[in-house]
Amino acid sequence: MTLIKEIDYGTRQATSEDTVTLTVDGFDVSVPEGTSVMRASMEAGISIPKLCATDMVDAFGSCRLCLVEIDGKRGTPSSCTTLVEEGMQVHTQTKRLKGLRRGVMELYISDHPLDCLTCAANGDCELQDMAGAVGLRDVRYGYDGVNHVQQREASGELNAKWKPKDETNPYFTYDPSKCIVCSRCVRACEEVQGTFALTIEGRGFDSRVTASVNESFLDSECVSCGACVQACPTGTLQEKSVIEIGQPERSVVTTCAYCGVGCSFKAEMRGSELVRMVPYKDGKANRGHSCVKGRFAYGYAAHQDRILEPMVRESIDDPWREVSWDEALSFAANRLQGLQKTYGKESIGVITSSRCTNEETYLVQKLTRAVFENNNTDTCARVCHSPTGYGLGQTFGTSAGTQDFDSVEHCDVVLVIGANPTDGHPVFGSRLKKRLREGAKLIVLDPRRIDLVKSPHVKAEHHLALRPGTNVAVVTAMAHVIVSEGLFDETFIRERCEWDEFQDYVDFISDPAQSPEAIEELTGVSAADVRSAARLYACGGNAAIYYGLGVTEHSQGSTAVIGLANLAMLTGNIGKKGVGINPLRGQNNVQGSCDMGSFPHELPGYRHVKNADVRDIFERMWGVPISDEPGLRIPNMLDAAVEGTFKGLYVQGEDILQSDPDTKHVAAGLAAMDCVIVHDLFLNETANYAHVFLPGSTFLEKDGTFTNAERRINRVRKVMPPRNGYADWEVTQLLANAMGGGWTYTHPSQVMAEIAATTPSFANVTYELLDEKGSVQWPCTDATPEGSPIMHVDGFVRGKGRFIRTDYVATDEKTGPRFPLLLTTGRILSQYNVGAQTRRTENVVWHEEDVLEIHPHDAELRGVKDGDWIKLVSRSGETSLRASVTDRVSTGVVYTTFHHPTTQANVVTTDYSDWATNCPEYKVTAVQVSLSNGPTDWQEQYQEQSTRSRRIEAAE
Amino acid sequence: MALQTQSQDVEKETAAIVDSHEQLEGPLLPILHDVQAKFGYIPEEALLHIADRLNLSRAEVYGTISFYHDFRKKAAGRHVLKVCRSEACQSVGGDKLAEGVQSALGITWHETTDDGMITLEPVYCLGLCACAPAAMLDEKIHGRLDKSGVLALVEEVK
Repeated sequence: MTLIKEIDYGTRQATSEDTVTLTVDGFDVSVPEGTSVMRASMEAGISIPKLCATDMVDAFGSCRLCLVEIDGKRGTPSSCTTLVEEGMQVHTQTKRLKGLRRGVMELYISDHPLDCLTCAANGDCELQDMAGAVGLRDVRYGYDGVNHVQQREASGELNAKWKPKDETNPYFTYDPSKCIVCSRCVRACEEVQGTFALTIEGRGFDSRVTASVNESFLDSECVSCGACVQACPTGTLQEKSVIEIGQPERSVVTTCAYCGVGCSFKAEMRGSELVRMVPYKDGKANRGHSCVKGRFAYGYAAHQDRILEPMVRESIDDPWREVSWDEALSFAANRLQGLQKTYGKESIGVITSSRCTNEETYLVQKLTRAVFENNNTDTCARVCHSPTGYGLGQTFGTSAGTQDFDSVEHCDVVLVIGANPTDGHPVFGSRLKKRLREGAKLIVLDPRRIDLVKSPHVKAEHHLALRPGTNVAVVTAMAHVIVSEGLFDETFIRERCEWDEFQDYVDFISDPAQSPEAIEELTGVSAADVRSAARLYACGGNAAIYYGLGVTEHSQGSTAVIGLANLAMLTGNIGKKGVGINPLRGQNNVQGSCDMGSFPHELPGYRHVKNADVRDIFERMWGVPISDEPGLRIPNMLDAAVEGTFKGLYVQGEDILQSDPDTKHVAAGLAAMDCVIVHDLFLNETANYAHVFLPGSTFLEKDGTFTNAERRINRVRKVMPPRNGYADWEVTQLLANAMGGGWTYTHPSQVMAEIAATTPSFANVTYELLDEKGSVQWPCTDATPEGSPIMHVDGFVRGKGRFIRTDYVATDEKTGPRFPLLLTTGRILSQYNVGAQTRRTENVVWHEEDVLEIHPHDAELRGVKDGDWIKLVSRSGETSLRASVTDRVSTGVVYTTFHHPTTQANVVTTDYSDWATNCPEYKVTAVQVSLSNGPTDWQEQYQEQSTRSRRIEAAE
Repeated sequence: MALQTQSQDVEKETAAIVDSHEQLEGPLLPILHDVQAKFGYIPEEALLHIADRLNLSRAEVYGTISFYHDFRKKAAGRHVLKVCRSEACQSVGGDKLAEGVQSALGITWHETTDDGMITLEPVYCLGLCACAPAAMLDEKIHGRLDKSGVLALVEEVK
């Protein structure tokens, strides 16, 4: 194994289809028109010295090192900014050029410390490389002149030009004394990340890289994505982990385990220690970019809270007892089998994890279907994107985003609804912002003013700040405008959709009751705004919809998804680049866990358990009969547990207590069970009610695949041995075998082979193919052997697209005199979901507690000031947290995140759910806010119970 | 309290300036000129307001302000004296003049006298090379100067 060094071509790839042929140092090379001379040379294998050029940003031409001579052209143009021309004769190494380059290098080095041997970048420094490449032997200017290097001058006086290191960011340092002002970091922050947090302060020799208004990195606008650190050619911006450990010696390409973007990374290692994560340029989801979580927040894997030994206890009131794997597994197996004997086959079940690999998820649902012999399997997608499955399944025929992420580069209009990409899906957010800076128009439907509505160089054309719970009304009104103003694409509808259903839909949608004017009062959005947004979506060119949990987590979540599908079909925005419907999946493998048959009514590949032919495939493969009765969903499991008919649960990698709505109900359900097995990295909140704890492994410790939001199957590769002894798929297999499963997998590739053999859309997927292509997007079949970047190209999966009526029905969760405000929930950039991982990293410096955003008007009415402790009460429960007074939320709306167990925002949320899929209505809760002076009784009780249930008996 | 009123004023005045230039292509420099003309420097509140209105990051606005020597981050003295430090002036005793002025005023470059009357700044060519050494006091340029000439000018405006 070696360190993967990706070639830096110096400038971006040109996209032209016309090629140009030129000669570089006597060798012919053909490149697309618009390519730089520098890149063309690199393609021919000739590397031109450079410092300010790198292929992640546009050419700049400031370092004066990449000069070349071109026959027939005057002077020595910089090769990064000079574009190729037909028949060009380029010379990269001439006597004149050598002299110029040495002279330039002498100037750089005269103001740069000569501490290479003790510098963290030693061995990974382009300045060092270039000094070698140009043959620098002497610096005629010496080092005593005006400089930024020495803290004190020879006289002992402080050097005014010297600036101290900025170590405020927890993950990287900025050492101005090593900076050569190539501005690669500034350009990476602008062009790649789109935050514009860095600038060059001053001019001439005084120029220095500065964050915001000469602030520390932590206080500045910086979002710590690390693009600047990656771009820096010297040790100026350097990962603290590299400073501490040293340069990595090998790397493995793997996939990030945070959000549904599914970024590819090089995990750079020294021995079995992870030195740093560097985004992989060939990663088709992220194209070499990352966010603060993926690049930096991996410290949880080695956190002291991680449990590495299996544990059991008779009852949840006892302390935990560390035991051997054998004892833990037989304890679990005996209990589960005992429960099935006493209470029946259906009395136990599993919850699969959207954090684990496809192979692991497949095995967990196989455990319940083949070993427990029931269909009691569900997954956290129940509480996030199950309405996507239902809505897109009904209208298009399959549950998945229709595009790849590259598609965003071809959008003209983007409709973002119920999603906050710059926080929840930051790398996609950056790619979207880039397209918006290029001129695409943006429509945002969200109760809250998310960053995309207005941030540097990005401004939404329309922000429809609707009241929480009225998505369906607004989306339907947009369709009304498109139909009543004749803006629909009749040819597309006639060719691609069911015409009769469309007629029926037109009858429904043309009703003035669906018009923007009719719903104005209800939604709080002006009819004129809805009309112009609808016109823009219909007539603005390629229009794409990106949506998140703000659409699905409602009592009408499925209806809203159908409404969005209707919009896309009406306007023909399906089946090509730059359009489509794109659910932004929350978790790294939520798409995969749905694909793998995690739902109680579906076998892998979204096939209903009622279908005898589908059951037959698995019955033959597994040698057991499969129940044709759909099993229990998570809420049903909990209800059944409270009733006393559901007794045992195996939960892999999910914290249902903190993440599922109505915490008290979840706690009651778990407490009523006799065998709760938690398989996780940490003693999470659910483990407070568990009898068996099986230690889990991180994504760094196993092989497998994740499927991201664009259906892309990415390889996860083991970079270090599991610290707990077993990868998660091995643990599931051990449990299955302890119950007589007789499984014999020795590598996840064998599980993938079984998936491919049984599931049509994965038919041609093998680890060999994934290694060869890097990744593929399902369906990957004989018809599409290399996968399918865009779906429904020639026709919908279900044949013809189906329009469905979308009547708006208000949720039962209503505001009133006691609960006058609407609470909606969301995430922020630095924390991930329930925070089990990110709370155990340095990311807490950005968000150490959940806060409640409240409009100044509502705050004033209640006497609440910024930073006050407030009590948040709903019909379900109450909690307390600090207030943040802001006009990001409208009057009548409050907002919080759910990253911290001490807040337990879900104590407040209700158990209302989507009519079709039971997806909980997290996004709408009627609440009241009042001043408070500390934690509520519930929080104190919970804290006490949590501490008590986490006791571990001392070893004897 | 007084401070708060002042920062509200800055915000209000800046808003009016942005209003009048917003429709220009590349409005930042004209706005900064007017803000500086109004307040004598670019107050932090103005910077933040401009960034917000023009949809720029505060880093970008700060980068622009810091690039130009004439945009100030804090208020100058009542009068600004700029002494030329370029080659033509140096060749006829510019260095000596600069030193003399500094010691007579008791300040170095970019500093303001204790009484708040004079801020001293270097400048690189006033286009007055034929009449070197040259200096500029407020908006007016003066040539063929020596130390006493400069100090006389200063006394005059004090």
